[in-house]
Amino acid sequence: MSTFLGMPSLPVFGTGNLHATESFPKAARHELNNAQLRANLGHATHTIRDKRLKVVSELPDWEQLRDAGSAIKESVMARLPELLEQFEANFTARGGIIHWARDADEANRIVAGLIRDTGETEVVKVKSMATQEIGLNEYLEEQGIAAYETDLAELIVQLDHDKPSHILVPAIHKNRTEIRDIFLREMPGADPELTDEPAVLAMAARAHLRRKFLTAKVAVSGANFALADSGTLAVVESEGNGRMCLTLPETLITVMGVEKLLPTWQDLEVFMQLLPRSSTGERMNPYTSLWTGVTEGDGPQNVHLVLLDNGRSAALADEMGRSALHCIRCSACMNVCPVYERTGGHAYGSTYPGPIGAILSPLMTGIQAEENNSLPYASSLCGACYDACPVKINIPDILVHLRSVDVDSQRGKTKLPSQMDIGMKAASWALSSGKRLGLLEKGLPLGRLAAGPDRKITRLPGIAGGWTQSRDIPAPPAESFRSWWAKEHQKPDAEGMNKPSEDTGDQA
Amino acid sequence: MSAREDILGRIRSALRDSPEVPRIPRGYRATSGLDEAACIELLVDRLEDYKARVSVVGAAEVPALIAGLLAGAGSYVVPDGLDALWLAAVDSQPGNARRRTDSAAAPLTVAELDSVDAVVTGSAVAVAETGTIILDGSPDQGRRAISLVPDHHICVVDAKDIAGILPEALRRIDGTRPLTMISGPSATSDIELERVEGVHGPRRLDVIIVR
Ligand code: SF4
Repeated sequence: MSTFLGMPSLPVFGTGNLHATESFPKAARHELNNAQLRANLGHATHTIRDKRLKVVSELPDWEQLRDAGSAIKESVMARLPELLEQFEANFTARGGIIHWARDADEANRIVAGLIRDTGETEVVKVKSMATQEIGLNEYLEEQGIAAYETDLAELIVQLDHDKPSHILVPAIHKNRTEIRDIFLREMPGADPELTDEPAVLAMAARAHLRRKFLTAKVAVSGANFALADSGTLAVVESEGNGRMCLTLPETLITVMGVEKLLPTWQDLEVFMQLLPRSSTGERMNPYTSLWTGVTEGDGPQNVHLVLLDNGRSAALADEMGRSALHCIRCSACMNVCPVYERTGGHAYGSTYPGPIGAILSPLMTGIQAEENNSLPYASSLCGACYDACPVKINIPDILVHLRSVDVDSQRGKTKLPSQMDIGMKAASWALSSGKRLGLLEKGLPLGRLAAGPDRKITRLPGIAGGWTQSRDIPAPPAESFRSWWAKEHQKPDAEGMNKPSEDTGDQA
Repeated sequence: MSAREDILGRIRSALRDSPEVPRIPRGYRATSGLDEAACIELLVDRLEDYKARVSVVGAAEVPALIAGLLAGAGSYVVPDGLDALWLAAVDSQPGNARRRTDSAAAPLTVAELDSVDAVVTGSAVAVAETGTIILDGSPDQGRRAISLVPDHHICVVDAKDIAGILPEALRRIDGTRPLTMISGPSATSDIELERVEGVHGPRRLDVIIVR
């Protein structure tokens, strides 16, 4: 274990596509108007959820695998500097080249530089959250380099100049007819007779990408796992586009967050059981590729890895939030989330949507960045995400923690006490003595007046207005429970029993 | 300061509370306890679930089976370490598919691989419970490109190489070799979650399990 001796530094936050530019409630309201999105999402999340439950229940040792997965990730975080150095030494010894990137911008510049060194202006890409996070495609485009997404869903989203809405099925917000129309409009040489059968559309994508795969000289990928004790990288996929990108080009550039390490080869047996079942609800995904540096005569001979911080060290500095870095991006928490199911991924703004995004994005950017402080409130704290998470990240606890971080940061910002502060002070004064409370309760009939004849209060003043935006409050009773109780209980009868009140019938 | 030092410094600073390194509870199964017959049965079931076609045969039947699967193919590729006996029947078949051999000394180009119809390889290890076959680039499996570009993969699995569960299989593998884990033909569920078999990888996977 490493002991920290230097000067503690302030957390350095991440940049790139990690921000909600609109507050979650606002963005969600917009997304909720999209009935197609909601129907598709509902169908998708429920289908994957059911498949997941079925394959998870097949394993007698699922909970033991989760326990192991959680502990392995916790030990990775505790030993991160040492494991990074070990990985670096092994990967480098086998001919790979490591680059370190402090933030999105630095990572983008490194990747563009490596591509430029090859003389190429086109690259093929495997689906990767890290490169989405840093906005690599947009950056490369500015630099005159065309990056082709090769995962079918990513291709659909890219052709439509749209953003992914789900980390596993990024085009889930589009139906087959919309996809056919996108192909006809954006795919050069698409057959005008193209039908909207998924099999036909998949074959159109195959034909479109095949020539690119066979001629590409450079590929860019992410990685699901990196094994410190051997220097091995792993990519988990379904379509074979990953294998194409990882095998055929001469140069392979992988971008990976520093938290993706696993200590040993043995740990892979845990995560390769947890990930496919949690993610697509399959016993195993169709293809997994593993490579260790360069292998002569097999695959790319120029192998690079960009190790990305971009706010991960800041997340790690938050003792209560750091376990968010255990995430293996399976998307199980999204598929069980009642909020995500209705709003979809776009409402979260960041590359990382759903319950994990609601904690990871503000941890990486800092709670005050743009509208990210609205994300920890995008949850009913029902706990379904925690139960589904293969590495047992306690998302509800971290959500509550980040809400308090948010409240604290707001307090620091305003000089004048906020309405909430005043309200809390008033409440503590009132609740500290029965007399004071009794005095206040005398005011209840006033509330009845405010409610009017329909006995509903539809708008409260000040910050309490948020509560009444989507609900009515029933008019307060004519007297408080305390005063009713006092009246009813002051004259016990001869047997020491209370006399029944007039308007509640005797149940006996 | 270099980015490397900077990042490692930030991480060390983030960990200044010296979090405890937990003991890893490995209470999950390390072995399945399945015998060879049970492993074969389970592997067949799982592969068929992925829409792969599976045959379980004795060693003597392999050449005829391969010849049958290659009927109608114009050409096929094999790694140079593949058991030549397996190919005897296809090579003597009238109108046979033309054999191309890929080796380190004379590797086929990507365009050549794209022009062959099929590939025949061996395999390193298989996992019964998950229906997974692992290739590790040994001489009977060849480099990764040859089992990727042709549209039809015929893969021979020796029954003694079938492990019950993943931990057993990974223990038999050298992680530093270029590895491909294959569980059925390539597939996508990206359009309305409807599963379509066969996208970029081989669209047809035939597995021959040799008892
Ligand atoms: S937080 Fe857990 S459930 Fe959610 S994506 Fe990450 S690993 Fe999966």
